[in-house]
Amino acid sequence: MSHTLDRLTFFRRKTETFSNKHGVMTDEDRSWEEAYRNRWRHDKIVRSTHGVNCTGSCSWKIYVKGGIVTWETQQTDYPRTRDDMPNHEPRGCSRGASYSWYLYSANRVKYPLIRARLLKMWRAARKTMAPVAAWRSIQDDKSKRDNYTAFRGLGGFVRADWDEVNEMITAANAHTIKKWGPDRIFGFSPIPAMSMVSYAAGARYLQLLGGVTGSFYDWYCDLPPASPQTWGEQTDVAESADWYNSGFLILWGSNVPQTRTPDAHFYTEARYKGVKSVVICPDYSEASKFSDVWLAAKQGTDAALGMAFGHIILKEYHRDRTVPYFRDYLRKYSDLPLLVRLEEQEDGYVPGQMLRASDFVGNMKEANNPEWKTVGLDEKTGKVVCPNGSIGFRWGDEGKWNLEERDSKGKDIELRLGLKGVEDDIAKVRFPYFANSASNGFASTDHPDVLNRNIPVKVMKMADGTMARVACIYDLMMANYGIDQGYGGEHIAKDYDDPQPYSPAWAEGITSVPRDQIIATARGFATNAEKTDGKSMVIIGAGMNHWYHMDMNYRAVINMLVMCGCIGQSGGGWSHYVGQEKLRPQTGWAPLAFATDWVRPPRQQNSTSFFYAHTDQYRYETVDVKEILSPTAPKDDWSGSFIDYNAKAERMGWLPSAPALKTNPLDLAADAKKAGMDPKDYVVQGLSDRSLEMSCMDPDDEANWPRNMFVWRSNLLGSSGKGHEYFLKHFLGTDHGIQGKELGDTGGDKPKDVKWHDEAPEGKLDLLVCIDFRMSTTAVYSDIVLPTATWYEKNDLNTSDMHPFIHPLGKAVDPAWESRSDWDIFKGLAKTFSEISSEVLGVEEDVVLTPIQHDTAGELAQASGVKDWYKGECEPIPGKTMPQISIVERDYSQIYDKFTSLGPLLEKVGNGGKGIGWDTKEDVANLRSLNGPVLKEGVSQGQPQINSAIDACETILMLAPETNGEVAVKAWKALEKQTGRKHAHLAEPKEDEKIRFRDIVAQPRKIISSPIWSGIESEHVSYNAGYTNVHELIPWRTLSGRQQLYQDHDWMRAFGEGFVVYKPPVDLKTTHVKGQKPNGNPEITLNFLTPHQKWGIHSTYSDNLLMLTLNRGGPVVWISETDAKRADLIDNDWVEVFNANGALTARAVVSQRIREGTVFMYHAQEKQVNTPGSEMTGKRGGIHNSVTRTILKPTHMIGGYAQLSYGFNYYGTVGSNRDEFIVIRKMNKVDWLDEPASRSEAAE
Amino acid sequence: MATEHAVTLATAGPIDQLLFGVYPYIALAVLAIGSIIRFDREQYTWRSSSSQLLRRKQLMWGSVLFHIGVLIIFVGHIVGLLTPLKAFELFRITHGTKQIMAMGVGGFAAVFALAGGLMLLHRRLFDPRIRKTSNFSDIAILTLLVVQLILGLATIPFSGQHLDGSEMVKFMTWAQRIFTLRPGAANHIADVHWLFKLHITLGLTIFLVFPFTRLVHMLSAPIWYLPRRGWQIVRTRRDLAARKAGGRS
Repeated sequence: MSHTLDRLTFFRRKTETFSNKHGVMTDEDRSWEEAYRNRWRHDKIVRSTHGVNCTGSCSWKIYVKGGIVTWETQQTDYPRTRDDMPNHEPRGCSRGASYSWYLYSANRVKYPLIRARLLKMWRAARKTMAPVAAWRSIQDDKSKRDNYTAFRGLGGFVRADWDEVNEMITAANAHTIKKWGPDRIFGFSPIPAMSMVSYAAGARYLQLLGGVTGSFYDWYCDLPPASPQTWGEQTDVAESADWYNSGFLILWGSNVPQTRTPDAHFYTEARYKGVKSVVICPDYSEASKFSDVWLAAKQGTDAALGMAFGHIILKEYHRDRTVPYFRDYLRKYSDLPLLVRLEEQEDGYVPGQMLRASDFVGNMKEANNPEWKTVGLDEKTGKVVCPNGSIGFRWGDEGKWNLEERDSKGKDIELRLGLKGVEDDIAKVRFPYFANSASNGFASTDHPDVLNRNIPVKVMKMADGTMARVACIYDLMMANYGIDQGYGGEHIAKDYDDPQPYSPAWAEGITSVPRDQIIATARGFATNAEKTDGKSMVIIGAGMNHWYHMDMNYRAVINMLVMCGCIGQSGGGWSHYVGQEKLRPQTGWAPLAFATDWVRPPRQQNSTSFFYAHTDQYRYETVDVKEILSPTAPKDDWSGSFIDYNAKAERMGWLPSAPALKTNPLDLAADAKKAGMDPKDYVVQGLSDRSLEMSCMDPDDEANWPRNMFVWRSNLLGSSGKGHEYFLKHFLGTDHGIQGKELGDTGGDKPKDVKWHDEAPEGKLDLLVCIDFRMSTTAVYSDIVLPTATWYEKNDLNTSDMHPFIHPLGKAVDPAWESRSDWDIFKGLAKTFSEISSEVLGVEEDVVLTPIQHDTAGELAQASGVKDWYKGECEPIPGKTMPQISIVERDYSQIYDKFTSLGPLLEKVGNGGKGIGWDTKEDVANLRSLNGPVLKEGVSQGQPQINSAIDACETILMLAPETNGEVAVKAWKALEKQTGRKHAHLAEPKEDEKIRFRDIVAQPRKIISSPIWSGIESEHVSYNAGYTNVHELIPWRTLSGRQQLYQDHDWMRAFGEGFVVYKPPVDLKTTHVKGQKPNGNPEITLNFLTPHQKWGIHSTYSDNLLMLTLNRGGPVVWISETDAKRADLIDNDWVEVFNANGALTARAVVSQRIREGTVFMYHAQEKQVNTPGSEMTGKRGGIHNSVTRTILKPTHMIGGYAQLSYGFNYYGTVGSNRDEFIVIRKMNKVDWLDEPASRSEAAE
Repeated sequence: MATEHAVTLATAGPIDQLLFGVYPYIALAVLAIGSIIRFDREQYTWRSSSSQLLRRKQLMWGSVLFHIGVLIIFVGHIVGLLTPLKAFELFRITHGTKQIMAMGVGGFAAVFALAGGLMLLHRRLFDPRIRKTSNFSDIAILTLLVVQLILGLATIPFSGQHLDGSEMVKFMTWAQRIFTLRPGAANHIADVHWLFKLHITLGLTIFLVFPFTRLVHMLSAPIWYLPRRGWQIVRTRRDLAARKAGGRS
């Protein structure tokens, strides 16, 4: 009862001894033990997960005690898959286990925050003005605008209340729509799969306004462009469990234990099972210790290694000996048997376009899309045939889009692989060679620019009457890899020790990997595939994909896999795991996220091009198009800079444009009416007579600036923002650390078509709103920070491609302090917007420009040649030679009603994805009875409600085939019409299954097989990409319908990427600042690599005290012992890393496991944690992206061409960063810059 | 009795009455009740709050010197003040002898304690890590103790002027009257030097703040480890008394 009284029983205390008086038994009070029991007692456990950054998608138990989240542990209740497979659980890592720290940490954003300067002006203006007028009054006065934009990142936040910030944000949106156009409102949020509803909330709000959502997968450079190029698929990969089914695993630039921690156990289990493993990476990584062989390849030379592997495989398994499985696989599933027209060039030929049915007289009797049907030679008859499955059959022909060995007349065919033995002639073909001009210390050889190889050809009569030399891709591929089939050529390796391209000896010179290891790996890989029918797998990661020429790295790998028949075989194939989110119920989610239930089309922008232009990184371009052009490029005008190429791509409908037109798109419809014209025609005419201008032609004109930006679920400025310092200067208009000069000052070539302003704009954004639960780097630079619910405080959905389950984020506790879930935040904005916008907006007509889209019939747009209407090379035809133009009506008073209900378009036009459409009336009716209809009068009356985040989850689950068996069967049946084959059996056993939100709260659920994905969910095989292509004969969504190893687009060939080839890293020329501001310490130049870290998932957790404690408590870079000695550094020294782009400060970790010549900065270590000032810039040291800058690659801009057509996050320019070099030196003075900003003090 | 009344009593003024007649009861009451409440309700705060894990520097020497000195002084004060005068007569220890013993042993211990206390105080104030983790009471109580030690040392010369032990008898009488709840205790020390008064007042104040500081750890000093038998302690849930009565079961 009382501790004191208990103690007073001193004389009554009984003791007893035992064990010969060695022990004493007492009856003293034991209630103190309860303390230890209470430590682990809790009131409830709620299922949730970590919902943006990590694609691990682990289900967690969140423990709640007294209304407080106390800790989390891993869930262990995943359904078993098969009895011959290891369990999935437990999934999770130390990072996830530390998440609960954030909820009550000092770093939590607790209240809406706003810049005091802005708030003062706003309150003053609001006294006399309505909201939109008040915002306008601040924007129209430059001194007022500068008064807050120039202070971004310098502190000065005050607490505000929700009503006030909502009013200000929506007033800014309404003003922007009215004055500049809705496509000046931009939103950035990544990886929707990790919290689908939270993403959808913001995107839905933006799309209802007519705003723009930016892509992320390409911007992060996690999108492997080789995937859409080869397969017409963004990314589809095997689940991690399938590693276990493999026989030979190559881990190539992927550090599985460190970056795929929850899945790493499958790797361990695979090793116990006896799977051979080779790890390829420049550093001695955590993965390396798992391997049988560690190939320490020089960073950035992976394609050279891949070329050598391919060289060996082609020679030993295709030329010297026929492996029936490999040969059949190539014939049936690759473009290798197809034919290519050779074009004369100088004294030889270069491979041209793939031959089409339209190249032959009478179009080979193919009436529908003959220019999109590829051809091959029939082995039996020796005649040219047009096999089913090419993209021409996909659109307009029913039931012939399949990979059966037939032609469209139903005749059985067997394509011939190579022309050896049936050739009419031998042609000297010119192959480009790039490895003779490497910079920055990468190895070069002294081979010529062009390698001539002889191959067998047929001579055929074309429709235009010419006699063309025609080659088979197989023969070209052989020659490209330096494998001679007996026809000779230059620089062909006699044997593996002859250092000619692309022999093992040659690769040893470039990659530093001993040739014996290269040969052993290639043989092991191929022999295993031969014995197991393709169970060799490559796990591949950022280490490969973040290079400028990542397509070459990836295509070298993909070629190996295709040559060995591994793609589409369980245990085999290509497993790209970098930011590879997989939004499994995608088609259920897309209408919700992009508001296509109410308005179509949505505005989606590829972020890389957007940020390149609008943060003015193009003004500092250091790479010339000529440097990457192929020596075999046709004589043509290839001048212009990357921004010119990008503008061209936007004009031609290849890439999206946001903003699209200099004129406000809301004014266009009215202008057209005035002119008595259809708005579409009005735009076309205006563009061709130059009275209208596309924004891409002049990104620095104030009419073309992005004005409002929402960043949610993202740390754009602290993590993914390549060219961080350019963001600060031009986008935000605040302090920055740029060290280099603009093209105007360096005398470099300025853009040709795109207008150059001598004075670059600074501070383009009127308003930056960051929505986060923690005070991230982006938050500190924002104008308004909104506190959002953490991942343990909201309901949402989560899926990954690492496992086949869907599971939720669960609201374990209410959002703390004044935070709200993303859904509620945007719902609140929608409500306020609907109320205040009538001040300037009503029912408006909006002109929306969209690029030519992949997986629509429109992708058959530009069959041959690149023709620019702007230069008068062709007619401007929307959707064909220029962007599609649509007129959309927006009633700005109805935003809230539309936001909170499912619109009528789904019932009217159905739902679908990836080119498959199905009727969805029944599913909408089901949802109406589940969520209840809207009762309130208005536009949404009678529509299914989507009020809460759970309603939104149910909407996704009901509409998606992956979570609704009925829809899955419908979707497969829809695909059956296209392929003419039976597929519905894949989903029929689960037709009655409907996964609901409460189901997944109870336990993760395995999803249902759907034609949206290329693998199946089955009781017999693990999920593996390409499985249905190979086993169900569903074509890949490419030009030929096959795995496309040859890229025949004009630009692909011009840039030397028709076939895979090794290209050394590009020279970004940013280290010339070395020695310009000496501090007395030695300065050395190193290659700057930014892999995924162990102590965080991107920037998340990098400011988490628990994870900081496990590392060095702040930013670090890793450097080799040799380089450290050169730079006179010892471990834990403060160093500065800088180049023309900017500077960052960090401590040095000196380690033997780092390769000489490289410096590792595990990316996204937040700069608000323990980052001192930089001696170079005088500002606080930056983040890893302070020393990077975006550069575009023209081949990624290609569009309007089958699989090379645009898709959001599917194709487009990517933000590579590994080619960057930096200067590193020890710091003399570590200045924490801890005093308040004097500039702001003075002005206050 | 005769001895007791041999001293002519002064009459304490109102301030002396308050400080030495009333304040002792307040201080002792707070000490007793406060400690009981804290022990009952705030078990987790009942600790010495050692900063040894944060930094060992200066702690070992400081702490050991301080504790040795303070413990001797503490015991000396208890014994010296509260032993009935008759006991001394019984053992034929004169007041003079006792006075000299007190000055000698006490002075020696006080030097120990002061040296240790100053080291601890220096460490607490100037070691940034310790300073950051100290709260007000940590610094205050250490300061109080050091000041009290200095005051105590400062009284030695004045005691030296009364080598017959007459002053000491006054304090003993006062203390014993306080503890035996006899009125007029304050009168017995009304005419002593102000330095003694200051020392007593501060001492009472230390009693007063005792329950609110880390000093409570005194009450839980683990001295029972010393006579403990057996190496393994089993805290049984069974009722040992009942078991004894009922025999082995």
